[in-house]
Amino acid sequence: MNELFEYTIRMADDSLILGQRLAELCGHGPILEEDIALTNISLDLIGQATSLLNYAAEIEVGNRTADDLAFLRYGTEYKNLLLTEQPNNDFAHTMVRQFFFDSFRKPFYEKLQLSTDKTLAAIAEKSLKETKYHLKHSSEWVIRLGDGTEESRERMVVAVEALYKYTAELFFMDDVDQKLLEQGIAVDLNEIQKEWNRYVNEIFSEATLEIPENGWVQSGGRLGKHTEHLGYLLADMQYMQRAYPGMTW
Amino acid sequence: MSKEWPLWEVFIRSKQGLSHKHVGSLRATDATMAVDNARDVYTRRSEGISIWVVESIHVFANDPTESDSLFEPADSKIYRHPTFYDVPDGISHM
Repeated sequence: MNELFEYTIRMADDSLILGQRLAELCGHGPILEEDIALTNISLDLIGQATSLLNYAAEIEVGNRTADDLAFLRYGTEYKNLLLTEQPNNDFAHTMVRQFFFDSFRKPFYEKLQLSTDKTLAAIAEKSLKETKYHLKHSSEWVIRLGDGTEESRERMVVAVEALYKYTAELFFMDDVDQKLLEQGIAVDLNEIQKEWNRYVNEIFSEATLEIPENGWVQSGGRLGKHTEHLGYLLADMQYMQRAYPGMTW
Repeated sequence: MSKEWPLWEVFIRSKQGLSHKHVGSLRATDATMAVDNARDVYTRRSEGISIWVVESIHVFANDPTESDSLFEPADSKIYRHPTFYDVPDGISHM
């Protein structure tokens, strides 16, 4: 196994799948302004995925291009976090998912900027600027909705309950990470976890929300074991290339 | 009570521009959200480096029925335009 390829693909798939999820909301946002905001974030994420998949294709030294990697892999070959493939559901779910992810991505990119791998460091530096804004956006919504009306608060509690179990996986590390950590390429996610806990607690206390206590966690995405939602997402995303192989426009 | 969020007017200063220019309006619950929404709606193509927002209810406008008395008197006063000077040869950028 090529660890650097695997590491890059995991990161790329997080951006790709979440970007695709947010793209589903294009034209369906709760208000025009938020519709555009969500689409902007989607495009930022798909842009990050493009850079990362280009790099993955380069590492692989095979015949696959970034487009092949994005559109022609099977479900088990995607290595995104389960969190990123969860459905949009209502706006509370969309924002809580985004908040959990952004709270992870910002400190992650901050550290990845210092990677000994120059390409990953450069992608991290560019992506960090976008991610800071994403996090500001989702944090403000979590506070606004959590500490909002009775209904918004109720919906946020349900969303947090539904999505929190996927957050342990944000800090999943295996041999891929260990090997690259030794070379100074990967980020130590144990450090990121502390920062994530601190920040999420801070925003949650402002939003008068609580972190669920039952401790049940769900993971598997990094190893290609997904929830049932990924298949439907891929069917949507891959339809054109599967039905008309090699088509461009 | 109206369920519609308050309306805001958006002003953007471009990289070259000295003053903020009105670019349009949007809806937001508060000033912070208005600035964020303005960023997303009006600066997607690098239009600006500074954003002002003003809640639309604070804009006080002239009465359109008074246009005659407000604006027409200026029409007959061409001497207010600086067009009665001879510009010497060799002066550029005038």
